[in-house]
Amino acid sequence: MQYLWRTPGSRTAPEEASPIGTPPLEIRGLTVAYHRRPVLWNVDYAAPSGGLIAVVGPNGAGKSTLIKACLGLVPSVSGTVEVFGRPIAKQRRLIGYVPQRESVDWDFPVSALDVVAMGRYGKIGWFRPVTRAHKEAALHALERVGMADFARRQIGQLSGGQQQRVFLARALAQEAQLYFMDEPFAGVDAATERAVLQVLRDLDAAGRTVICVHHDLQTVSDYFDHALLLNTRVVAQGPVARVMTPDLLSRTYGGRPMPAPAALGALGAEAS
Amino acid sequence: MMPDVQEFLQIDAPALLAAVLACAACALVGNFLVLRRQGMMGDAVSHAILPGIVGGFLVAGTRETLPMMLGALAAAALAGLLIEVVRRLGRLESGAAMGVVFTVMFAAGVVMIEQASAAGVDLDADCVLYGQLETILWLAPKGWASLANPAVWAALPREVLTLAAVFALCVALVGLFYKELKITTFDPALASTLGIPAGLFHYGVVLLVAATAIAAFEAVGSILVIAMLIAPPAAARLLTDRLAAQILLSVALGVLAALVGYGAAAFGPMLLGVSHSLNAAGMIAVASGLILALAVLFGPRHGLLGRRRAVGRLRAAPGFVAPEAQKP
Repeated sequence: MQYLWRTPGSRTAPEEASPIGTPPLEIRGLTVAYHRRPVLWNVDYAAPSGGLIAVVGPNGAGKSTLIKACLGLVPSVSGTVEVFGRPIAKQRRLIGYVPQRESVDWDFPVSALDVVAMGRYGKIGWFRPVTRAHKEAALHALERVGMADFARRQIGQLSGGQQQRVFLARALAQEAQLYFMDEPFAGVDAATERAVLQVLRDLDAAGRTVICVHHDLQTVSDYFDHALLLNTRVVAQGPVARVMTPDLLSRTYGGRPMPAPAALGALGAEAS
Repeated sequence: MMPDVQEFLQIDAPALLAAVLACAACALVGNFLVLRRQGMMGDAVSHAILPGIVGGFLVAGTRETLPMMLGALAAAALAGLLIEVVRRLGRLESGAAMGVVFTVMFAAGVVMIEQASAAGVDLDADCVLYGQLETILWLAPKGWASLANPAVWAALPREVLTLAAVFALCVALVGLFYKELKITTFDPALASTLGIPAGLFHYGVVLLVAATAIAAFEAVGSILVIAMLIAPPAAARLLTDRLAAQILLSVALGVLAALVGYGAAAFGPMLLGVSHSLNAAGMIAVASGLILALAVLFGPRHGLLGRRRAVGRLRAAPGFVAPEAQKP
């Protein structure tokens, strides 16, 4: 019995549920408010099929909220979200999620392997234990992020970067078609940054769609194919070459003239 | 001096059984409160059920378990709801919201008791707080041989049977939903995206805590309930880094506290030559506190001494240069 509230007979295989031509994610008129203050305002977005998409914008622009609203984790005031042409509640098995690292208690008494195995729970369903096959799938996912040696380690004893890789492995274990990742590059070491990037590229090569909240403007063009510039409303969307321009970025970041991404590197070096 | 068998079976055995079952059940469900950082919910629920118990008692007019249980469950559900309402509308952190709701509901319960006792009804707030472990009697057994008779077991006191049923329920639910409890406790957001109703599990845990507290409070009192919901799981957490091991250990430590505490209360005064008897529920709570203190000191990885030893090993390792020696 799956966690979908349907009978097993009506279950459709993931491949059948993603007909050619339907965008992996289609958002129409999405508005979200916290305490009556709008955080997202009338967002329309259709994600291209396959590819790595960065969600870019200043602090408080609603980037994380956009992901959470798409996943149904925060209530929306209006608007619809469809995944491969159907409401998300019917497409849970096609979705993978990497929350922000700070969102969980790393003191929790579980091993890295236990956490990654949680990515399989959607496939296991009610009343069934985590079988050896699922544990092997979880271990394989840990291998892909270079963390197999830490499988038995309690998660609190891992470094921040290693914890981030465990979260990434858990998403891999979900074997999804569409991934939502909330700042997977935030505060990680160089080794983890390379590991995360490698996983993203592998997913891209396998035809998956990955939507990442991303903070570092310098790397957007290097790491991602598409970008969604967000500041409560959608400012621009499209291939990075077209939207990562000084003009559009300054409009996203609140009117101040912004240097081109290429010049940002020099600025960052000066500042540090 | 050896107390005779019949006295032990009739007085000590049922009280001990009730204490052991209450502690085991509380420790089992307490794990999920401690891991959800909602230890305060134990206080909240065990106090907030009082008006429900009194209400159930007043409506049914008897001290039967069922009406009081239903009243208490309704009160627990109401408390859970009120806490959410106060938290959202008052924009308070959940600890403050719980503090407000459970004190008000407990006060309402005390007022109801006062009003009821004015009307000549036998209920008092003390037995809610401290329980009546000493009054649980099992008159059926006459000696070891009589235990072979099923009729003797059928005559077990109602409190013991209720506690056994609730403990069995806790074991069954935790066993059936182990995986889901684990993920909704660790990462409720991911659980929701997988289609596991995390909110429902939150209320489920609260209701299970309530059911356990109700079954246990009559025998051991709400103070022991609160101690047992928190102390054994907290101690077990310091002894292991595995969830399943923590749960099993916490139940074992709860049982240990019950045995040690009851033993100290029942036989301590005799051994010390003190004529005053000790309150068994109180001694069990003290024992659970001592167990937690020992775990804090001697826990293998998280204990204070263990941590010291780890630092010592690091300093003794070849190639280690103390930070103070590195300063120019």
